Amino acid sequence: MSDLSRRKLIKTGLAATAGVAGLGVGALIAQRYGLVPPDHGGIYGLGETLTYASQRLLTRHSLAREFHPSQISKPPLANEIAPPNDAFKRLQAGGFADWPLSINGMVDRRATFSLAQLKSYPSRSQITQLACEEGWSYIAEWIGVPLSHVLDVVGVHPQAKYIAYFSIEPDWWESMDMADALHPQTFLAYGMNGGELPVGNGGPLRLRLPRQLGYKSVKFITHLTVTDSLKSFGKGLGSASPEAGYAWYAGI
Amino acid sequence: MSDSAFLPSSASAVPVATITSRTSRHSALVRVTHWITTLCFLALLVSGAEIVVSHPRFYWGETGNVLTPTLFKLPIPASRRLVPTGYGYVLPDQNGWSRYLHFQAAWIVVLTGLLYTISIFFTGHLRKNLLPGNSDLSLRAFSTVIANHLRFQRPSEAEAWSYNVLQRLTYLFVIFVLFPLVIWTGLAMSPAFVSAVPATVTLLGGQQSARTLHFFVSVALLLFLLVHVGLVCLAGFRSRMRAMITGRAGTHREGI
Repeated sequence: MSDLSRRKLIKTGLAATAGVAGLGVGALIAQRYGLVPPDHGGIYGLGETLTYASQRLLTRHSLAREFHPSQISKPPLANEIAPPNDAFKRLQAGGFADWPLSINGMVDRRATFSLAQLKSYPSRSQITQLACEEGWSYIAEWIGVPLSHVLDVVGVHPQAKYIAYFSIEPDWWESMDMADALHPQTFLAYGMNGGELPVGNGGPLRLRLPRQLGYKSVKFITHLTVTDSLKSFGKGLGSASPEAGYAWYAGI
Repeated sequence: MSDSAFLPSSASAVPVATITSRTSRHSALVRVTHWITTLCFLALLVSGAEIVVSHPRFYWGETGNVLTPTLFKLPIPASRRLVPTGYGYVLPDQNGWSRYLHFQAAWIVVLTGLLYTISIFFTGHLRKNLLPGNSDLSLRAFSTVIANHLRFQRPSEAEAWSYNVLQRLTYLFVIFVLFPLVIWTGLAMSPAFVSAVPATVTLLGGQQSARTLHFFVSVALLLFLLVHVGLVCLAGFRSRMRAMITGRAGTHREGI
């Protein structure tokens, strides 16, 4: 073996070792700081993890763009929804007076809130854009209570890492990390454009996450679970979206 | 490694005698990044087309949906039922894996592109092979190259060793204009990214404008790809492919 190729071999070996070690350290740091999404396995795990980690570092406290009232889309687009199930229809017949929002998991006080209770908390509004992964979008005023307020009421344990949230429609659930859960624009929204939140837009209660695509803003919310691991939820991929082939994190 | 064959920027001035079998036409870095970029671009193209099919309508400004007027529509069926296309059927929905693949390929091509762009400043590739020489920028030199292209003339032997001025300007445009633009317009559609850097989207006139521009820049990149492959075929597919795969350039003519 000539000197040149020996030197080349040693160099390549060192570079490869450094590369693998670097990746290993990077993965450990990412895990430590919660930068690995629950759907990180599989062939698209690399891109998913890079997107989530970099956006989480960049956007931990950033606010979604808010718009002028004149920019509100008229009329607001109500995306197609499946015909409501019987449980929904029963609550609808009662004017949603008995609509429940239950919270359990890593909380000091499990609780079930009525819509009236949620509306008794300080209400906030935001004029933000809802962008669908398909490519369309609209701007609306969303009125509700910040999720962080309700989480304060029930007392979230410090080791909590995720909030899983469930629609009254079976198999429609998502989850978010604490950066999104405690974000001031993450709402339990019950109103839109000055009125009630229409059923077509997710009424009576929708979880609104304006820094992610529309499919993370689940309609007809009835239940939240606070947890430190998503492994025992569904197939353990974080939410129903990855189970259907879509990314858990939808900030892009 | 001998780079002497790369020095002259005017193709006809290449001293053919210096071309030996030991000389590499394309450095390993250029070859590896070229093919990674090719694979990623094809993945982005296919997945991007799948994403467009879910809503083949384009708008200008901040918002756009089926209730608002379009800037233009693609005359194709959609993969979602909500979109009025005039077609009586709905294509299979492929958005899930397409979006996963789109962003994964985007990450790989961006990292590859960064490595390439930073390195060409240090290896001399930019100065020697991409920036046109002074003599190339004269009107006469330009018209000669353009006339040769219009006559579909096969390039001279020496052109296997150097890019002509049109190639140089085109590659510079793709590297420093189209690629940055396609990344920018892509990021401008990300609700999380623009929450951190709102100017990304406001400078473009809104999220739907960004989407429309992303489409146009992608079409421009596709046109580049088609012309690029077409000219590779014209110049000699086998020799050009061999040069970009093994680094060795042919010194003999080959029949098409």
